[in-house]
Amino acid sequence: MPEQWTVTLRIYRQKTNEPSRYDTFTLEVNPDEYILDAIERVWAFHDRSLCFRHACHHSTCGACGMRVNGVEKLTCITTIRSVARPNAVLTIEPLRNFPIISDLVVDMGELYRKMEAVEARAVLPITEAEIEKPPHQWKTEDSQYVRLSDCLECGLCISACPVAATSQPYLGPAPLAAAQDHRLDRRPDLLTLIDSEHGVWRCHSAFECTAVCPSFVDPGRRIMDLRKQTISAKIRHFFGK
Amino acid sequence: MNNQPAPQRLLSWFNPLGRNPGSWAFILNRLTGLGLTMYLFLHLMVLGRLAQGPEAYEEFLALTKSPLIKLGELLVIGAVIYHGLNGLRVVLTSFGLGVRRQVQMFYLSVLLALVGTAIFAFRMFAG
Repeated sequence: MPEQWTVTLRIYRQKTNEPSRYDTFTLEVNPDEYILDAIERVWAFHDRSLCFRHACHHSTCGACGMRVNGVEKLTCITTIRSVARPNAVLTIEPLRNFPIISDLVVDMGELYRKMEAVEARAVLPITEAEIEKPPHQWKTEDSQYVRLSDCLECGLCISACPVAATSQPYLGPAPLAAAQDHRLDRRPDLLTLIDSEHGVWRCHSAFECTAVCPSFVDPGRRIMDLRKQTISAKIRHFFGK
Repeated sequence: MNNQPAPQRLLSWFNPLGRNPGSWAFILNRLTGLGLTMYLFLHLMVLGRLAQGPEAYEEFLALTKSPLIKLGELLVIGAVIYHGLNGLRVVLTSFGLGVRRQVQMFYLSVLLALVGTAIFAFRMFAG
């Protein structure tokens, strides 16, 4: 018999031109279920008008990013046990810093446009990827292999970033991490955008992006590395190289 | 609907709930920065009393011996030490140095600021 907990989901609700409110739903759950499972149960058995995004249920699509008790989580891989105790109230809210379309669904268009602006790669040659224990020397034929980029484009980093909360034009952690992935010595054409007012220098080193990233992109570290790349590129440019 | 980034949401910078040590460093850096800026203005106003003659300045100096002002001075000392050390942390990480150790560097900055403030407190109140 699986363990059973009673938890209350306090879910943010907002439809177009209506004021926001919180609805509460008390459920019997297995604590090893995921937050997304509980939200789906609310939709299935309590309120069919609840809007939320989900697709793959295994942290590949990045659709189910939400705030759970104020912290950004990919709800398909966040167990109830990891964020709650028996009889707990779980507050579920949409991601911050994106326009709300309905309830827990936000408009991610701005993030996707910024990812396109830096020409973020969905796949990259394995020889250019940051992987655990890479070989000392890649073979020529290895360059034919590609791997998926780590970034799910889930938007958790944008929601957690304090600078993104107050500056809409700021590129933000995921697009800057995608630019770092290119390397400015291979893509000097990105320098103007990265070195702009809303680029890499706008980050204020809170490292919240790294803390909430569900996919080990580590955007904070990549942004710092991108600063190094930017300085190197500008020095090279200064000496006409 | 109102969930977009906006300069008016500045106060959200100072909300530490659910956030991580990197954000605590960010918040503390802003609070100490604002505090030190205010202190600079107060300092200039006090120096301005010199222009009103020695009596006016002496009168203010007598006021600085009150425990409340001394406590304020201690806060300034703590803020200066923390803000300076955290500035070094930000410079180092911006050059890619110690990025994976940024949390430990934050804790070290706070610890050194507390130790420094305690030493000054001892000298001011018991020395």
